Amino acid sequence: MTRAGWTRLALLAPPVAFLGVFFAWPVAAITARGLRVDGGAAEVLTDADTLRVLGFTLWQAAASTALTLALALPGAYVFARLAFPGKRLLHAVVTVPFVLPTVVTGAAFLALVGRGGLLDELWGVRLDTGVWAILLAHAFFNYAIVVRTVGGLWARLDPRQEEAARVLGAGRFAAWRTVTLPALVPSVAAAAPMVFLFTFTSFGIVQILGGPRYATLEVEIYRRTAQLLDLPTAAVLTLLQFAVVAVLLGAHGRIARRGESALALVDPARTVRRPRGAAQWGLLGGTLTVIALLLLLPLAVLVERSLSGPDGYGFAHYRALTSAEGGTFLVAPWEAVGNSLRFAAVATVVALVVGGLAAAALTRRAGRFARGFDALLMLPLGTSAVTVGFGFLIALDEPPLDLRSSWILVPLAQALVGVPFVVRVMLPVLRAVDDRLRQAAAVLGASPLRAWREVDLPLVRRAVLVAAGFAFAVSLGEFGATVFIVRPDAPTLPVAVARLLGRAGELNYGQAMALSTVLMLVCALTLVALESLRPLRTTELV
Amino acid sequence: MPKILLETEGLTVRYQGRTALDSVGLRVAEHETVCVLGPSGGGKSTLLRAVAGLTDLDAGTVRLAGRDQAGVPTHRREVGLMFQDHQLFPQRDVGGNIAFGLRMRRVPRAETGRRVAELLDLVGLPGAQRRAVDALSGGEQQRVALARALAPGPRLLMLDEPLGQLDRDLRERLVVELRQLFRRLGTTVLAVTHDQGEAFALADRVVVMREGRVAQTGTPVEVWRRPADAFVARFLGFRNLVRATVGADGTARTPWGPVPVPEGTPPGPCRLLVRPSGVRLTAPGADPAGPRATVGARTFRGDHVLLHLDPERGPALEAACPLRDAPAEGEAVGVAFDRADVVALPE
Repeated sequence: MTRAGWTRLALLAPPVAFLGVFFAWPVAAITARGLRVDGGAAEVLTDADTLRVLGFTLWQAAASTALTLALALPGAYVFARLAFPGKRLLHAVVTVPFVLPTVVTGAAFLALVGRGGLLDELWGVRLDTGVWAILLAHAFFNYAIVVRTVGGLWARLDPRQEEAARVLGAGRFAAWRTVTLPALVPSVAAAAPMVFLFTFTSFGIVQILGGPRYATLEVEIYRRTAQLLDLPTAAVLTLLQFAVVAVLLGAHGRIARRGESALALVDPARTVRRPRGAAQWGLLGGTLTVIALLLLLPLAVLVERSLSGPDGYGFAHYRALTSAEGGTFLVAPWEAVGNSLRFAAVATVVALVVGGLAAAALTRRAGRFARGFDALLMLPLGTSAVTVGFGFLIALDEPPLDLRSSWILVPLAQALVGVPFVVRVMLPVLRAVDDRLRQAAAVLGASPLRAWREVDLPLVRRAVLVAAGFAFAVSLGEFGATVFIVRPDAPTLPVAVARLLGRAGELNYGQAMALSTVLMLVCALTLVALESLRPLRTTELV
Repeated sequence: MPKILLETEGLTVRYQGRTALDSVGLRVAEHETVCVLGPSGGGKSTLLRAVAGLTDLDAGTVRLAGRDQAGVPTHRREVGLMFQDHQLFPQRDVGGNIAFGLRMRRVPRAETGRRVAELLDLVGLPGAQRRAVDALSGGEQQRVALARALAPGPRLLMLDEPLGQLDRDLRERLVVELRQLFRRLGTTVLAVTHDQGEAFALADRVVVMREGRVAQTGTPVEVWRRPADAFVARFLGFRNLVRATVGADGTARTPWGPVPVPEGTPPGPCRLLVRPSGVRLTAPGADPAGPRATVGARTFRGDHVLLHLDPERGPALEAACPLRDAPAEGEAVGVAFDRADVVALPE
């Protein structure tokens, strides 16, 4: 093996070990335990309930993806090609929902369309009993993926390609259809499976908004595991979800590779124009309306509910967070803020180290092995978080790894969902560094390590910060796994919100809204900080 | 005999089954400028990368100052390489780029600053230290890349298509500047280019490469006057090439008719090259041995006109002709061949 081969292997060893011990092993342990119990896998698979859940999960994911695309594609165009005041800020704002914890999204939509929500108060309209609340919340959450992935590419497509078509006799629409649309297809085809993936594995949103009637696989796994202790069914459902996700990721990888074809790309600054004509003004207005109603209104209502108490507006709910008297918790809910920040910080460091090493090892595109590992790194995003969390409990409770009572379990589980984001953000930037720059440094006397420090690091420094921000935000919002392994006396913010929402009573509801608002502000601040140092080249989220 | 600085022996590099370098032997003496000339894709860049240690060898050795470089990593070889597209570090300014190699060698800060200023003077960009590299023009980037490569005082300076991306006027000016600079500094230079004008202007010695192999080595004059084979001749731009048989009487039988060959040309089959300057125009029928021809096209070449002739027999001929004597297109002419401009190449 060459020296480069050994270096790559040495870089890959820690991520492989991490994913092996803290992902593959717990998931394998829990599914194996479930499957050992009188082997009723076939029965579960053909059970009418299972098929109904699988059917609903697939249907709602497809419907959510279609709704998201329909709402966000015009937005992608507006952000890519039109210049308007406040665009930068708005670009950051539309990304906030993506980094929001799902329980906050659930809480916000509950406040908007749920019982006693804004629409209920105004017109007596409730959507939380139907499937629309779920679909809208999913569109809210995934809007940014489409806008950033598709819009990012759209902004860089050379408009002269369309001009060339126009000169050759194509009408305005014909030029768009024959030149721009085919160029965009790969990015749409890359964004859609990600939206599908996130909605297919949706947990927090469906748990809160779905009521008793609607359950995705992930929710059903949670119900079977935590409430019914029906491990065999949970194991089969986990494998089922795993299989669908593997197919999805495989397809996504294939499409992404095909999308790497040569396109004529230019600096985005050269393609934006002030809106002209009724069509462009209409698109701009429509997009702003969608952003206001779909993205901003739920968040505004969330804040409004957190402030509104029986005696009018005030900080009563926030004050209540500081006492443990409600009985929902062993400690004051307010302490969840500190817990969450601490856990997320540790998780971010772990995700950066693991994801950074993996990205460095995968920088050179080479061979099937690297591509396979690339896809493997995405798996934690698609695997049932509930399964991972429960797997932690049963797999990591024996020496040499008896971590059951250790606080480190929570950040480790959160880091698992952070790693894919770190890799997604770092890899394109590292790959964009021209290898000949490193060679130029070597010829001038820099050792490989020195060349990395002198050439790669300055170019990726901002990407590292962005990756850290995303890892921090998703760690902060992680719910499915954390809910299992967090100690009752040290809840995280999402866990505290979910518990408060699960209790009856106005005070609990108000406190949930207040705590969600706090969580939203932390995430939004992280994102605004990121947005100000976003590296130019990464326009994609995932 | 000057000391040999670079010596390669049997240098072979394969990329995915394609042979980029095929057993290349090359010597560069100290203070010498050698230009490797060949068509694109002929393995020229690979040669530089192999010498720099950026490419793994499949066979052969690279010796610098007599020491085998196997196992010596790039950063310890003390060679300089100017990349074809410069590869300036985008996040550093001009001064930071030039100082890079000195920093790697832990040269003290004060001396580094002095050296950078000196080099900027040398390449004609005095005081440009703080400028951003992406604000430089192509010619300026080229100068910064050269200064950066020269700064650590490499034993061997390698240039990959050093002037390839510049426009013609700038290129001709820089070729002269570079040659004078390398003379003055006593730098040992190995450059590769596909442009014969550039190679001939820059080099003490030219190495013509074809499909990864050395086709010919010699001074520019030697190569120009006696191309080693038909490939080199064609690559140098000669078009009057035919199969011929040299007889005992000092003429060769060719598709154009008999052509006189220089004395001492061995008899037998060969490829015959007639330089355009050796194709003389006569009145039609003046020389019964030479073919008649029609002027097909005229290309203006500044001090002369290149005529494309369609002879009554044999392939098309190119003839160089003084401006004022040039016949018009379509005119009929007679052709005679000048022995001094005829070269018999091996079959």
